[in-house]
Parts: sequence; structure tokens; C-alpha cells
Amino acid sequence: MLNFSRWAIAAIILPLAIGVLCAIPSFLPDATVAHLPRFMQTRVNLGLDLSGGSHLLLEASTQDVAKQRLTNMEEQVRTELRRGDPKIAIGDISSRDGKLSFMVREPSQVDAAVERIRPLTQGAGLTGQRDFNVEVVNSSTITITPTDAGIKNAVKSAMEVSTEVIRRRIDEMGTREPTIQQQGDNRIVVQVPGLQDPKALKALLGQTAKLEFKLVDTTANPAEVAQGRAPVGSEVLPYVNNPSGVPFIAVKRQVMVSGEDLSDATQGYDQSNQAIVNIRFNSSGGRKFGQVTSQNVNRPFAIILDGKVLSAPNINEPILGGSAQVSGSFTVESANQLAIALRSGKLPVNFVVVEERTVGPGLGADSIRAGLIASVVAVVAVAVFMFVSYGRFGMYANLAVAINVLVILGVMGMLGATLTLPGIAGFVLTIGTAVDANVLIYERIREERRRGRNVVASIEHGYKEASRTIFEANVTHAIAGGIMLALGSGPVKGFAIVLLIGIATSVFTAVTFTRMVVANWVRRTRPTDIHI
Amino acid sequence: MKLLKLVPDNTNIGFVAVRKWAFALTALLTVLAVGATLHKGLNLGVDFVGGLMIEAKFPQAVETDKVRSTIGSLGVGESSLQQFGDPKTVQIRLPLPEQGGAGAANAVVEKTRKAMVAEFPGVTFSRYDTVSGKVSGELIQNGVLAVVLAILGIAVFSWFRYEWQFGVSTFVAIVHDVLMTLGFFAITQLEFDLNIIAAVLTIVGYSINDKMVIDDRIRENMRKYRKMDMKSLIDLSVNETLPRTVMTSVTILLALGALLLLGGHVLRGFTAAMMLGIIVGTYSSVYVSSSLLISLGLSPQTSEKKAAKKGDYAGTAERVGPRDDGAKP
Repeated sequence: MLNFSRWAIAAIILPLAIGVLCAIPSFLPDATVAHLPRFMQTRVNLGLDLSGGSHLLLEASTQDVAKQRLTNMEEQVRTELRRGDPKIAIGDISSRDGKLSFMVREPSQVDAAVERIRPLTQGAGLTGQRDFNVEVVNSSTITITPTDAGIKNAVKSAMEVSTEVIRRRIDEMGTREPTIQQQGDNRIVVQVPGLQDPKALKALLGQTAKLEFKLVDTTANPAEVAQGRAPVGSEVLPYVNNPSGVPFIAVKRQVMVSGEDLSDATQGYDQSNQAIVNIRFNSSGGRKFGQVTSQNVNRPFAIILDGKVLSAPNINEPILGGSAQVSGSFTVESANQLAIALRSGKLPVNFVVVEERTVGPGLGADSIRAGLIASVVAVVAVAVFMFVSYGRFGMYANLAVAINVLVILGVMGMLGATLTLPGIAGFVLTIGTAVDANVLIYERIREERRRGRNVVASIEHGYKEASRTIFEANVTHAIAGGIMLALGSGPVKGFAIVLLIGIATSVFTAVTFTRMVVANWVRRTRPTDIHI
Repeated sequence: MKLLKLVPDNTNIGFVAVRKWAFALTALLTVLAVGATLHKGLNLGVDFVGGLMIEAKFPQAVETDKVRSTIGSLGVGESSLQQFGDPKTVQIRLPLPEQGGAGAANAVVEKTRKAMVAEFPGVTFSRYDTVSGKVSGELIQNGVLAVVLAILGIAVFSWFRYEWQFGVSTFVAIVHDVLMTLGFFAITQLEFDLNIIAAVLTIVGYSINDKMVIDDRIRENMRKYRKMDMKSLIDLSVNETLPRTVMTSVTILLALGALLLLGGHVLRGFTAAMMLGIIVGTYSSVYVSSSLLISLGLSPQTSEKKAAKKGDYAGTAERVGPRDDGAKP
């Protein structure tokens, strides 16, 4: 075992050299790293607790998605049956307990109605699964129940769209390197490093930004509207800034133009220097808007955002240019946010922040400093201790630990892993446990020497016997680390990553590498006794 | 230069002989730890109970009472304040508003910030966490699950690798280590947060590492000295590995000591937990888990059967024999 072929030496040195090389960029300033070749641009990312920044966990309300789908279905059924040919009269439409039910007035038309609805309920997937089940109960009532698979698909696609929309919104804010990731079925993690105050970010993510233009129902009785009752075909919506003082207004259900028809939105000012949002429609949106405004001159229309009326201006003349102004007592900041939200599209589902962690850059810098000092002191203390305990062999172990620390950093850089504060703790602990392997080996060598074996046999035996123990002990460590990585969140994960990489690299540096160094020394000097 | 030896050569301490005492002491301490945990409860952080945690940094030292009264007058719920060593830093905990979701939590942070800045100019919030009840519930669940899985996983590993007695004794010792750590947190009322779960898992990993090394030596000696009775064999194994056990514990404690003193307040609870865990883990390796093997009826025969069946120790034949085997003049 004391003979290492050239190939073996190369096979040991090479990966270590690569690991150490990959660690170097992490210590260099940004500008220098940019000049390095691409494969050298591997750096350890700093976690939010070290760099400062915000971590937000957003949760979508899946019930919202299900409800929204049912509302859409109701709309589709109405259009298909009432407006289609031949007309099928329906009534008693209700969506309760998560299902839609309605009565077909003419019993003979029930089968025809089912026929016509079926195509609406087919899922888009390849499996041919239905998104909804259609059933006839009591011979004249039809119920449409969403299937679990259908809801799941809808949530999935809503989440995909949302992740994209959130990414666009955050990009528009111009923040540096945000991380936006879907987590589980209905959550999105947003991490923005270096953000001092996540208030604006949360305001931006908190609005779905569903913009609609609808005509105001001027025929509605104000007293009834105040009680929340609207004429058929209209609905009552909240309108906080209503000049009439009543915080409600009745609008037609039918949408004139919606946010989907926008091509651009920017923040601007109106004549009285109030902050507004200028919007521009795409061609079909502009045409629709022009058409409706031409037909409804001198009538008011409502600008509705997320189900709340922002303002209800009068149509003084047909608006044909394809652009409009959205006013509604904005501040410059909130108008700007709305413009960003409108540009990046509406969120298909509502999100709430269920977890937030914000670390100021000051604390992050303090933590890095404290972590560095602690690590250096730990390394020095352990190194001195190892030296006084094992002499020359202790120094070999120290060399191995030093290389190990760099290799861990290098591997983390290659994997694009993130170093967090618990990760630094993981480092310090790894320094402690990495020498354990050497302690095991050296104690074993001491033992073998006491038993009277010669130097070479003792070293050989020491490495051989200890290696098995080291391997088994590290497997148990890896089990704990793997579980932390799988189940842990945030800080625990950061710790587990360092621990796992450290286990893998420390076995290599503490056993294989030191064995090579020791073998080399023994071959060169042929000692008859060793001081260990 | 004379090299340092923490443990003298060829110790012969009778660990097994005192096992009744060790078991009694261990049981007593464990009961006390469990009692303390149940009686005093853990000071769970916002990670696990939900709520709002603000860490405020003041330009100069402040009295917590003054901060408390400033926040108390805001009507944002009962606050609990804590200081860690540094008189300029105060950790404020507030309940999460019951209604209004994210916006409401925001509003509380803003309200507190305004009031604090008015009262103590120059104060900054160096970090704040809000965790909703739902998420904190999941974090508890995952944390407990992780610890339980880790303990079981490793116990099963050592059962398959060795005999069931090793699995059981390791399991008992690890449960003891975890309970002692919980007791420590209950008595000191240090905040128990997500980082502590990581610490507990590491303690579990470390403590098992320790037991593995001793177990491995017991196995080796069982093959080597087939006629030796279990008590002397275990004593021999623990004594043989004692230098390593002490050396490793001391090195890790040195490294952790540096972290405790210099690593900043955010990691203090974590490091304290780790240090205690290392001490408790080392104790349970030396005094509890190996002696427990005797009580569980481990005998050289059981080991033999398993080794023969598995056949993965074929290479051990050369080691069967007296101590000076292989020594050449």
C-alpha cells in the first residue's frame, strides 16, 4: 500500500487540484472573476442570511382556482345553451358545494343539452380524462362536477403561468438575481438578495392585476345598489372613491375590454398632475373599446381592478385611438406598480405571503465577519491541537483539512450551491469531524506500534483497519445529512449541503490523500521508528 | 518534542462494572430532562409557533422595558423581548394578526418601525421573519419527522450491518441524547428554532458516528478473541478506542468553542446545542450504549453466525490470533 503508482498519484492530486482551483473565484472580486474563462467562473452563492435580502413564500389559494373555473363554466354553459342554436332555456343556475347545477325548462331537451355541454367538459390532456363530470339528476336538472384530475390540471397550469408572471414582475423591478421557484403543488418561493425593503415587492405580488372595463348600469336603483342588489345582467362592485358617497356601484356583467387586450401600460400624469396609468390596447382591444365607446357616448363606464372599481369616468366621445387612461387616486409609486403589474399580465390566482424572512445587509455582513473569524480561530485551534498530539502526522492531517475546506468550496461553486450561516457552522463542524478520520487512523497506528509491529506494517494496518470504521461512520453521518436535505427547509438545507459535501471530500482528503503523503515520506526516509 | 496524549496508553477502566450506576444515572437524567421539557416547555421560535420576529439594532444600549412599553402602546398584541449579550440588539416577538393575512403582518411591521424610529432615532430592523401558522405547523411536522427518520434510519443501518443488539443499543443511546438536548433547551429557555433541528440531527449523526467506532471495535475483538467473556471484551474495546473518542470530542469542542464565542449571536443557540450534544453523545457512547449490549444478551456466538452468513468478513481471518500477530522483528 505504500507504493503509489504515478497514475494513482495523478488520480489523487488532479481532482483535488480542480477542487481547489474552483474555490479560488469565490475569493476574488466580481470584476476579476468576469475576466476569467467560463469554467473558472464557479462561485459559491451567498444565502440571504449572509448577503441580506428577502425570502418570500407565496401560497396560491387552490379553492380560488376551482371557483374561478366553475364561474367560467357557468358562463360557457349560458352562452352555449341560451345563445346557441336551437336555444335551450335553462334556469335555477347555482354553483354550490363546488358544483354547478341548473334546470332545463323543457324536459325533452335534456339530452340535447347534455350533448351540447359535453364538448365543453373535455380535458385538454392526452389521457382523454374529463375535466368535469356531467350528470342528469331528477330528469330535468343537470349537474356539472369538476373532477379531481381537472382541478389538479387547472392548478398546475395556473401555477406555471403565475411563476412566469411573478418572474416578469420582479424583473421589471430591476432587482438583482432573483430566484423564483415553484415549491410543492401550490407555492412559489421568491428570493431577492440585497433587497432592503420588500414592501414594494409584496405590494406588487399581492395584486392579481385583473383589469376590466365594464359599462355602468345607470338604470339600477341606488337604494338597492346600496344594499348589494343589482338588476338582472348586472352586478354590484365595491367603489370606495364613488363621488356619490355610496361605496358601491352597479355595472353590467358583460366585459367591454379586459387586461388581456393590453399591449402596454406606463405610469403618467393627467392634466391636474395626478398620477395615472396610461394603457395602450392591442388592435382587437382597441377595436372593441372604440366600438363600445361609440355606442355609449355620454354614459359612464367603470375601470375595475381585481374586482374593485377604481373610477367610473363618463364617455364624452368615442375613444378610437386604442389607448386610455386609468385614474383612481394613485400615488406615483402605486401607479408605477400597477403599470408593471399590467404589463406583466394578470395572475391567474390569488397569492398570500405565508412566510417571509428579511435580513438587512448589515446583519449579513456582521454574520460573514463573525463566521470567518470563528472559522479561522477554529482551524488554528484544531491545527495546533493536532500538531501537538501527532507531530508530523498532525501536520499532514492539517494539510488535508486545509485542502478539504477549499475543495468543499470548489464543489459548492461547481454545483452552484448556496452558503448560508448554518452552512458556515457546517464548515466548522466539518473541520472538526474531518480530523476525526485522521485521529482514528493515527490512534490505530499508535496501537499497532504498541503491539510491536514495525513502522510500515503499523501504518499499513492503521489505514486499513481505520478505513472500514471511517466508511461506516460516515455512512451514518450521510444518512442524517440526506434526511436534512430532503426534509429540511432553508437554513437546515444550507447546513446539510455543506455537511454532505464535507463527508464525501473529507474521506478522500483525510484517508486517501494523507495515505499518499505518509507513504511518500516513509519511502523517502525509511524511518525505523515514528514519533506519533 | 513530546507529543500530547490526553489519554494514557493501555488504559483499563472498568466501564462495564459500573453499568448499573451508569444506567441509573442516565435514566434519572433523562427523566429529569423529559420532566423539564414537559413542565417548562420549549421556548419555540416563530419558525414553529408562527408569528412575527423583529430584530432591532439600536445606535446605543437600550432598556428593554422602554422598548416594551413603546410597542405595548401600539395595540399590536403582546410582545416578548429578548436580548442576547449585546445591549444594542433587541429581539421582539409579536403574534401574527389574526385576520388580513400578509398585508396585516406588513402593517404591524410598519407600525412598529414608525413608533420605534420616533422613540429611538437611528434604530434599524436588521432582520424580521413572519411565519404563518400553517407554515409553522409544517415546519414542526417536517422537523420532528426528520429527527425520527434519522434515528430510525441509522438504527436500521447498524442493525443490518451488525446484530440487532447494536441497533437497539444505538437507538436507546440516541433517544437519550436527543431528550437531553430537549431538556437543555427547556431549562435554559434558549430559543428553539429551525437551526436547532439541524443541530439535533447533527448530534444524532455525530453520536452514532461515535458509537459506530466502538461497535466496530467490539465486532473486531469478538472475532479476534473468541473465548473472551463479553464484559472484558467490551471493556477492552471501549478502552482501546478511548484515546480516539476523547481526541475527537476535544477537537470538535475546540472548533465549536470558537464558533460559540466568535460566531455571532445568530448561531449561538445552535452551537450551544451542538456542544452539549457532543458531551452527552460521548458520555452515552462510553457508558451506556456499549454496556447495554451485555444487558441485551450479545454473545460471541451471535456474531459468528451473522458473519458466516453474510460472508463479508472473509478477509478478517488473518486478524484472528494473539495481539502481536504480524509483528516482525
